[in-house]
This record gives sequence, structure tokens and C-alpha cells, in this order.
Amino acid sequence: MLKIKNLHAGVEGKKILKGVNLEVNPGEIHAIMGPNGSGKSTLASVIAGKEDFEISKGSVVFEGEDLEEVAPEERAHKGIFLSFQYPVEIPGVTVTNFMKTAINESRKARGLEDMPANEMLKRIREKSELLDIDRKFLSRSLNEGFSGGEKKRNEIFQMAMLEPKLAILDETDSGLDIDALRIVANGVNKLRNKDNAVIVITHYQRLLEYIIPDFVHVIHDGKIVKSGTKELALELEEKGYDWIKKEPVA
Amino acid sequence: MDLKEKLVSSFMAFENNVDVDHPVHDIRTEAIKNFEAKGFPTKKEEAWKYTSLNSVLKTDFSIFPKEENALEYHQVKKYFLHEIDTYKIVFIDGIYSSYLSETTHDGVDICLMSSALTKPMYKPVIDVYFNKAASNDESLTTLNTAFSREGAYIYIPKNKAPKKPVEIIHFATGNEASLMLQPRNLIIAEENAELQVIERHQSLTGNPVLTNSVTEIFAAKNAIVDYYKVQNDSEQATLIDNTYIAQKDKSVVNVHTFSFGGKLTRNNLNFYQHGEHIESTLKGVTILGEKQHVDHHTLVHHQQPNCESHQDYKGIYGEKSTGVFNGKIIVDKIAQKTNAFQQNNNVLISDQATVNTKPQLEIFADDVKCSHGCTIGQLDEDALFYLQSRGIPRKEATGLLMYAFANNVLESVRLPELKKRINKLIATKLGVRLGFDL
Repeated sequence: MLKIKNLHAGVEGKKILKGVNLEVNPGEIHAIMGPNGSGKSTLASVIAGKEDFEISKGSVVFEGEDLEEVAPEERAHKGIFLSFQYPVEIPGVTVTNFMKTAINESRKARGLEDMPANEMLKRIREKSELLDIDRKFLSRSLNEGFSGGEKKRNEIFQMAMLEPKLAILDETDSGLDIDALRIVANGVNKLRNKDNAVIVITHYQRLLEYIIPDFVHVIHDGKIVKSGTKELALELEEKGYDWIKKEPVA
Repeated sequence: MDLKEKLVSSFMAFENNVDVDHPVHDIRTEAIKNFEAKGFPTKKEEAWKYTSLNSVLKTDFSIFPKEENALEYHQVKKYFLHEIDTYKIVFIDGIYSSYLSETTHDGVDICLMSSALTKPMYKPVIDVYFNKAASNDESLTTLNTAFSREGAYIYIPKNKAPKKPVEIIHFATGNEASLMLQPRNLIIAEENAELQVIERHQSLTGNPVLTNSVTEIFAAKNAIVDYYKVQNDSEQATLIDNTYIAQKDKSVVNVHTFSFGGKLTRNNLNFYQHGEHIESTLKGVTILGEKQHVDHHTLVHHQQPNCESHQDYKGIYGEKSTGVFNGKIIVDKIAQKTNAFQQNNNVLISDQATVNTKPQLEIFADDVKCSHGCTIGQLDEDALFYLQSRGIPRKEATGLLMYAFANNVLESVRLPELKKRINKLIATKLGVRLGFDL
């Protein structure tokens, strides 16, 4: 599904990613862990197509297509979703209207008519129940005045609504209390199937107790320095990132 | 002969057509003297530093239309708020169109200035109110006063409210190569009265039109007046709007100005608070492109204690458009406990667009709350990326952000159908199809 080869990327001349290799197949959950400043969020932004980042070498290929020239909205239409670490507040646009716009724009790109209103309402009802979201919440302005936890839950609600093939969760656990974390993780697990994939980016092992990864990768100084199974996350939790930093790159 | 000379020399002919014994005759005569002495404003004046009338004044405008012109309703239906029933005071090339209008004398007077200025039954009201709020030294206002003859006259007696909103619409047919119009409106809401007005100036062709309009609004104790100005005129239309509002105790006056079109628009919006516990609201949304120019010049004069004023103007400027916001707040020494709020935020969506924004506060009282803020910026790239990452194309994402930016100004629009219209105008103006019903 996703093939990242020797990816070098940076912003304003500063090199952040220095040769990342990653392959994600349908049905898999990958966790990417690493200390602050290691390049985790940059990797997420580059996959989603943020134009601030410049790719100097290597490639990101999604379902056989090189994404370099593909605009962020087209990546979304192809099924890539990024749950933001810091979702942006958009006053004046309600959560519901935002989702309607997003879904119908994606449909338009695929040559489909707007989603019928009753179908839209049904999907909104189902997905908001899945994430234990109050209906009143949906008529509020997008992210405006939301608590950290509400913002993150709203991101996963958007993911549920858009049903992406590849979801990247960038530090979705930060700012969540344990109950909210369970609801969010439960939502992600329910949305899983054999055709979609999830990349969980996190600093801590906590979220991985609820969303069990098939693979864990450790990123340090712009490179994946270690890959393994879920046990690697536990080892990291125990030994801390210093252990990785000290180890010579294999 | 330049336009000023033409106007001054036309005055005698104009006056000969009207009743010289009427007290308004003296007001007009005084006004033309003032205009003759001052002339049109130039960029040398501080208040006109960023707006030049030079290019407009080069046109040889007809001061009076040569013939009466008619319009069919279906030709101009879209300019009316036709989704709801309204009273209508409609002018075609400055002349009242009874065919397109719907006036009333049923408990309230929603009719014509020409009647009010000539019929004896209105004389007591004219004596008390006419030209009592309008300035006698603003040259453009005095020019209008000198030629004041036609416009809307609305009188809402104590405890009354008309059954429906009032639309005041001025059409220019373009049958004249170029036309100058000087409508004069007088609006009075007595104690506890309520009123909603929508005003619009619309040219139907690309022929140049210069409108120099004066509106006086008087809100007595506890009166509530909502006034909406829809400015979406054609590319050769110039509008100079001079509005003077005098408020008494506990009255509420809200003016919303939507500036989406025209060649040059100057809004001189003046509030005078003559009582306590008054609320004045001035809100505006400006969306411009091409070489359009809009200048919002506001004044709120707090003359008594315990009053409030709220100003919120949002501007979106594209292509080579230019905008000006000059907001003046005066708080007199006795006007303690004044709460005056002013905000002007602008987004430039082109490198060639310009905005000049200037708050001007003159505060002589010591126990007041006055806040002001002006911003000029570009669209937030992080917000754009966020929307794009959800599948919303950049163009639509830009439109959505613009819509959101202007939205809080629309929140206070109390006519839902008008709000929908304005929303649609904003979407059209920004060239986007928003994926939800506005």
C-alpha cells in the first residue's frame, strides 16, 4: 500500500528526514516511536503532502503512485488521512458542515454526486455513537474552544466519517485522559479491516496497549534505527530512548 | 465646466421647481453656499487621504435625468429580497417608481421624501428632524442637502413596528450616458418603535453613476433600528454614502454594511449618542477584487454616560483592490462608563491589494472601557493544509476559510433570508461552491 524509499526531506534548508524506509501493507498497524525532534511528525506531514517540506531524495509511493506531485486534497481523495497533532480551529464552520464539505468534495473528485442527506445523517449518527460524541458537539464550530481531548476525538470522528485506506495518527494520545484514550483506541480498532492500514505515531507506549501494532519502528535523527514487533515498544518504555541513541546504527 | 460649477449653476433651476416658501428652502440655500465654498473633498484633507474622487469627477454627469424610465419587475426581481414580503420604496434614475414600490400609511408612514417635504401634514416632523443630524460642513453632505428632494421617508410612531421590513432600492437604468443621483432619506423611529431597513443602489449597465446619498436616522427612547446596506454595484458605479444616526436613551441601532462591488464606495457612518444606555453596532463585510475601492469612515460620538458601541469590520481584498478603514471614537468627558469596542481585520489574498486601517480614539472621560484592534494578514497556511488534508481542494478551502472569517459579522443579521443571501453573495464572490446549504 505505502512504500517509502530512502526518503530525505527538510524545511527551509534544514534536513529532518535522512533516509527513511518503510513499507505498510493492507491490514497492518505500524507504530512509529521516537524522541522529540526525531522526525516523527515530519514524516506524517510529508506523507499527507504538506508543502512546507521539501523532498530532496527518495520517494513516497501509495498504491503504486509516486505522491511527489500530488496535492494534499488529492492524497485525501486517494484514501490518506492524517489525524493532526494540533488540529486547527476554524470558527464559523460547524463540525457537521465541515464533514459534509469534505465528503462531498471527495465524492466529486471521484465523479460521484453529493451524498444524499439521509445517508449523510445516518453516517454522522453511527460514527458519533462509535466515538461517544454528543450530538450538540457536532453543531459547534470546528475545534473552536475544544479541549485537547475533544480535538483528538474529533480527529478520529473525521477519520471514521472519511473511511481512509491509510490513517496516520500523529500523537493522537497526547492530551487524552485514560477514558478518552480508551474510546479513541476502541474507535480506531472498530474501523480496522483487512483492507486498511494505520500508522500510529507516538512518544509513549501507552496508546499501544489499546491499539496493538503489528510492527514497531524507532525513529531517531531522521532515520528508522530499529524495527520490531510490539515487544520493542515495551523495551523502549523500560530502557528509554537513550538506549537507542547510544546504539550504533545497524 | 467642471462638475462643481455645473452643480452650483443648476441649483437655481432646481430651486425654481420647488416651493420657495418652505423652511427647507433656507436650509438648501445655506447648503449650496457651503458646498460652493468647500467644493469636493481632495486628498489633501486628512479624512480623504486614501480616497481620491479625481477620476470619478472627470465624468460629465447629468444632474437630472432627461426622461422617466420604467423597469419591469422580472428584470430586477433578483435585487429584491423576494423570498419574503417587504415594503418597497423604489427609485429609477432618481425618480420614484410607484409600479415597483409598496408603501404604506397604515399606522406608520413608509413613503416618499418628496411628499414629506411638500405636504403640510408632514411639516411638523420635517421641522423637527430634517437636516438635524446631518453635518452642515461636510461638503458632500451639504451638496446633497442643497439638492434634497427625493428619497425614502419612514416615520414609525410610538410603540409601532411595521409588519415587514422596508427595502429602499435605487436603480440606474443606464439610459443616461452618466448620471449623478442624490437620494435623501429620513427615518424616524419614535419611542419603543421598531424597524428593519435594507438599502441598495444598483446600476443595471456599465454606464457611470455617481450616487451621493444622505440618510438621517433618529431613534427615540427604547427604539430598535436594524439597517442593512447591500453594496454590490456594477464596475462603474461610485457611491458616497453619508449616514447620520442620532440616538436617545436605551435605543439600539445596528448598521451592517456589505461591500462587494462598485468602482468606488465611501461609507461615512456617523453615530451620535444623545442619551444613556444606548447601544450602537457597526458591522461590515468587504470583499473586493479588480481595482475596486472601499473606504469605511466611521464615527461614534459618545456624549452621555453608560453607553456601548461595537464595531467589527472584516475585509477580504484580492487582485488590485484597495480598502480603507478609519474608525473614530470620541468619548466626551461626561460619558463615563462608556464601553466602546472596535475591530478591523483584513485578509489580503493578492500581493497587489492594499489596505489602510486607522483607529482614532479621542477619550476625555476616565472611567471607560475602550478597545480597538486592527490586523492585516494573509490566509493561515496551516488551516488551509488542514482542510486540504480532508479532501477539500485549495480553492474551496480558501473559500471556506474566508466564509468563516466573515461569519461572525453575519451572526448579528436578524433577517434569516437576508443572511442567506449575503452568505450566497460571499460564496459567489469568492468563487466557491460550499458543500453545504447556506
